[in-house]
This record gives sequence, structure tokens and C-alpha cells, in this order.
Amino acid sequence: MLLGRVVGTIWATKKDEKLEGMKFQIVRAVDLDYRPLNNFLVAVDSVGAGAGEIVLIAQGSSGRLTWLTKDKPVDAVIMAIVDRLDVEVPESEWEEALK
Amino acid sequence: MNIAKVIGTIWATVKDDHLQGSKLQIIQPLNEKGEKMGQPLTAVDTVGAGQNEVVFYVTSREAALGFPEPLLTPVDAAIVGIIDRVEVYSNSE
Repeated sequence: MLLGRVVGTIWATKKDEKLEGMKFQIVRAVDLDYRPLNNFLVAVDSVGAGAGEIVLIAQGSSGRLTWLTKDKPVDAVIMAIVDRLDVEVPESEWEEALK
Repeated sequence: MNIAKVIGTIWATVKDDHLQGSKLQIIQPLNEKGEKMGQPLTAVDTVGAGQNEVVFYVTSREAALGFPEPLLTPVDAAIVGIIDRVEVYSNSE
């Protein structure tokens, strides 16, 4: 899943009627230190994320695997709000990953 | 599937109901020589991989197939195996 921060919301009255009642959030991808990356996307919010919150997004056809987006023209869904993120493996230990 | 190393963990109390009790791990994809390849991503862990372990993971909708209700589990990456050993044939260059 993609790590991102909710940076905005989209309202669209004229849209595919299957998309009625969905909240569209603008999400900016972030790295593991929550620093913004230059990658934006619009995702349907299935967990009620607020502005500025760090979220996880399932993309592609996995975006339809919720009761809200089932059989709908959606390819990105916010499916988790991140409380905490721990990266425990320091970069220095990566070299002998497969030795 | 791809090879990756488990480098961290994500805690998320508010999440899709079908993911309650599932562990979300941060993984760094690797190539066959164990070098970093591309950006880290988050995958749901269905086999109980630990920190630092080398795993293989499946992406896209297939990631949900390990769950009881695959049609209602919104995941696009899942760790499906822990690697014991990798053997690369010398003429693979």
C-alpha cells in the first residue's frame, strides 16, 4: 500500500452516478519520514480520514475491495489511518540482506 | 512476486474492518543480489514475518486472496512467504 498525507478534498456534483455519496480526498505520497514526494492522487475515503492525517491507500483494482467502492469506477481507496510508523532496520544493515 | 526485506511496521487502529488483527509491515524491494530496488512500500503480513527477514510478496488484487473475504479486503500488497535461501545461477546475467 502507498503511504500518503491527506492534503485536500474534491467535490464534484457532475460525476458518474455510481460515485454518489463518496468522499474524494487529495492525497500526497510521503516517504518513511513523512516528507512529501511529488506524487498526488485522488482516493475515495472509506475510513473517514481528516485533513493532514497520514493514511494508507490501496491502488488498482484493490481499490474496489471495500463495501463502499465495490463494483464502482474507483482505483484508489484510503483503507487505514496511520497511528505510528517504526522503521527498525538501519540502512547500514542492508548490504548483507541475502548473504 | 518480488523479493523484499522487512524494514519496519505500521500501527493503524482505524482501518478497514477486514484488516483488524492483520500486521502491516514496511518492506523494501530487493533484486536477486539483495540490493535495494525501488521505493519501500507497505504490505499486509499473512505469514508472520519478523523484522529484518527477507520475504516475497504479491501485489495487486491478488494480495487479498489470502484473506477470508478477498472481495472485501482492500490490500494491494501482501507478504506471502519468508525466504530461507536464494540461489542465483551464474549465467543469469
